Amino acid sequence: MTVTAPTPAPATEVPKSSGTRLVDRVFKMRELAILAVFLVMIAITQMGNSQFLSEQGIKDLLLNATILVLVATGQSLVVITRNVDLSVGSTLGISAFAAGTYLQGGGNPVVAVFLAALLGIGCGLVNGLLVSLGQVPALVVTLGTLYIIRGIDSIWVGSRQITAADLPGSFVDFGSGGISAVPYLALIALAVLLVTAYYLKHFGSGRELYALGSNPEAARLAGIPVRKRILTAYVVCGGLAGLAGAMYLARFGNVDSGTGNGYELTVVSAVVVGGVVFTGGSGSVYGAALGALLLTSINSVLPALGVSSVWVLAINGILLILAIAVDRIVALRVASALKKRNARHG
Amino acid sequence: MPNVPATQLKPFTTLWGRPAAVVEEPLMTHPSDTGPAAVLALKDISKSFGAVRALRDVSLELFPGEVHALAGENGAGKSTLIKTLAGVHRPDAGQVLLDGEPTVFHGPADARDAGIAVIYQEPTLFPDLSIAENIFMGRQPRRALGRIDHKATHAATAALMKRLGVELDPDRPARGLSIADQQIVEIAKALSFDARVLIMDEPTAALTGSEVARLFGVVRTLREQGSAVLFISHRLEEIFRICQRVTTLRDGAWIASEPLDGMTEDDLVRRMVGRDLDELYPKQEVEAGSVALSVRRLTREGVFTDVSFDVRRGEIVGLAGLVGAGRTEVARAVFGIDRWDAGEVEVGGRTLTNGAPSTAMAAGLALVPEDRRAQGLVMDMSIERNIGLTGLRTTVRTGLMDRGAERSRSLDWAVKLQVKYARIADAVSTLSGGNQQKVVLAKWLATGPKVLIVDEPTRGIDVGTKAEVHRLLSELAADGVAVLMISSDLPEVLGMADRVLVMHEGRLTAEIPRSEATEESVMAAATGRAAA
Ligand SMILES: Nc1ncnc2c1ncn2[C@@H]1O[C@H](COP(=O)(O)OP(=O)(O)OP(=O)(O)O)[C@@H](O)[C@H]1O
Ligand SMILES: [Mg+2]
Repeated sequence: MTVTAPTPAPATEVPKSSGTRLVDRVFKMRELAILAVFLVMIAITQMGNSQFLSEQGIKDLLLNATILVLVATGQSLVVITRNVDLSVGSTLGISAFAAGTYLQGGGNPVVAVFLAALLGIGCGLVNGLLVSLGQVPALVVTLGTLYIIRGIDSIWVGSRQITAADLPGSFVDFGSGGISAVPYLALIALAVLLVTAYYLKHFGSGRELYALGSNPEAARLAGIPVRKRILTAYVVCGGLAGLAGAMYLARFGNVDSGTGNGYELTVVSAVVVGGVVFTGGSGSVYGAALGALLLTSINSVLPALGVSSVWVLAINGILLILAIAVDRIVALRVASALKKRNARHG
Repeated sequence: MPNVPATQLKPFTTLWGRPAAVVEEPLMTHPSDTGPAAVLALKDISKSFGAVRALRDVSLELFPGEVHALAGENGAGKSTLIKTLAGVHRPDAGQVLLDGEPTVFHGPADARDAGIAVIYQEPTLFPDLSIAENIFMGRQPRRALGRIDHKATHAATAALMKRLGVELDPDRPARGLSIADQQIVEIAKALSFDARVLIMDEPTAALTGSEVARLFGVVRTLREQGSAVLFISHRLEEIFRICQRVTTLRDGAWIASEPLDGMTEDDLVRRMVGRDLDELYPKQEVEAGSVALSVRRLTREGVFTDVSFDVRRGEIVGLAGLVGAGRTEVARAVFGIDRWDAGEVEVGGRTLTNGAPSTAMAAGLALVPEDRRAQGLVMDMSIERNIGLTGLRTTVRTGLMDRGAERSRSLDWAVKLQVKYARIADAVSTLSGGNQQKVVLAKWLATGPKVLIVDEPTRGIDVGTKAEVHRLLSELAADGVAVLMISSDLPEVLGMADRVLVMHEGRLTAEIPRSEATEESVMAAATGRAAA
């Protein structure tokens, strides 16, 4: 059907009502809140340890977050559709090793990055097909592929290991280089983030991801190609995990069969802390990226403050629960505010 | 009537009448003299769900410029027929004809692309998305490079809201909308593209007079522009007001397709139920007893203000008002679902705790909510378990649930309310809309309440069962139960209530005794014109 823009738009802009502004505020607030927590944390650390925010310090902070931001961005797409991809850690591991092996044999770094992303897309395709065609919950399917991909990886890699010495110097330099305090890798992650956010907001298929996460049955009735959209989300998620694998290789230069083990839990935490609701339909990739930034910086903050890093996990957990609690309370408040407004004019 | 369609369908031959019954204006000319051209037709459609034969050899033709009613009891197969037309269900047998051509819709998108707009019986909104996005999902106006034109979407939505005469902010999320507002959004969605065929499954079930009038105004315009409309409602007077022809289904079988001109409501009911109907409002005169529910100066800021009333044992008190007047909100506050800011509620002399439904239930209060999907039922649970839910405490002995007791109690109520189901262990989601409503009623009646608040008790219930529900309410009152009935169906309020309370913009504006309650006096108070 051709989209006939219905009824010519009236010339005047309809003024935004108070309810809208309220809701806007709350959603923006969600992201602002994480940003605020992050900044406060950084400020406190800086006060306790003036070395913390040196140029190298900032660079490390950003570098550490980069990979998680990439994978969390992809994961958000999947979570928005009311699904989950637990295989991202395995995908990252196998892509990193594949890219490393290729480079070891004298391959071109750019091709290596594409290779890693392609391998990730392949994994995403498998996940997406299984989830959208089989009537099996995503949690179970991707838990399965988590082990399968990791298994294949282990058989292939065995006890081999790739170290920075095996890689072309330009590749390793790119991984740690940057424009003053901003690493190249972070710029790539930022670009991916901006493109994804723009896509989600301004393109029909992006909005449809929210719609089908919000109410899958209604999405079907609205004629949204549900399976195709879910497949797309998984493919993008896999592709970004693959890309993150290449970045991991460039950053650490060290890959073995255990690379990325358990990473999926960190990714999911970042996404949820960032306000992407696990039951689908709401949240933004910016939130997820901020969540990733927050979680990774805790890893650097604690040692800088002289706190044992055994606390990191506990703090991550607390943050996660806090985030969920805050979401719940905000949701209830918004609901009751909207209700009051409703009653005024039906 | 010379122009009987050439494509004679077997059932049509018997009762085929003049489709262009000139009920409202002589605009109708079809099926035109140049031969019939049904935009959309079903031919000998059958559809089963497991052992349930929802449709059996049903045929139907929709002509441009007609509003066609689809009538039948709960579970007769109306919604199933609509979903077949909309491409949601694939028929087991039979054909869908589009402009006379056999067509197969592979999904709702196909039907939409063919110019068929559908309002489903149950709202199908995306709670996290804005109203504007809900309306235009999948067909947003575009800018360069295929990007969504958010401004145009917003403006078009605002224009639609204006056309429907409602004040809904296009940017607010759909979460938290009242049932009536949800239905309005659904209507706006269906109107948002120039459909050749508009199909509406009980669009008016939650609406009051003025919204219905608006909707009908829009429907008339569409009809004049040559669209075909298929309309379902259990309010028969609406069918006679807006439709020209009617097709009746009974137990999934086609009964008749005929012009409404010259038919009476009784005729239609006879077609639907196959017998004459008992009285629709069997109100018993009961001497009112002591005060059972007393609400004093109840206020919830911004929602309702200073609401005071009593309901006595044996009384049925109607609570009328326009959509959004705050009726449901008062009921929810009284029951303790929402908190109130000031005031007091007493049940049987016991003061209720603010915001505590459990104490309300313990005091003998029951609330049948308006939104059966969100508040009334656990859709994936069986009919039996749903009815049993409220009785958990009474059926739990020794810490284990007494499944036998639960089952027999559930069966009792299912039979009393004539719930139409295959097995009592089936999930509630497989029931027709009206039958789901009956399960909600059964669930709360099973608690044996002292004070019963019913919010739109007969929403989506067919005339036969409506009479049954009314009889039941009347009997409960006769047994000394105090009943507060919120209803948008004005004849129902007038027919059943001993007293009518009317709300307007969050305030109680009138209290009208049965003898003085008329459509005029209630509407005057509900719209805020000088109270009666
Ligand atoms: N998905 C389903 N699975 C099993 N049975 C179903 C399903 N949908 C409908 N049915 C059955 O098909 C029959 C017809 O249902 P339908 O919803 O078409 O009735 P209806 O005429 O729309 O009734 P109402 O007036 O209550 O909305 C009912 O017996 C219902 O239980
Ligand atoms: Mg129905």
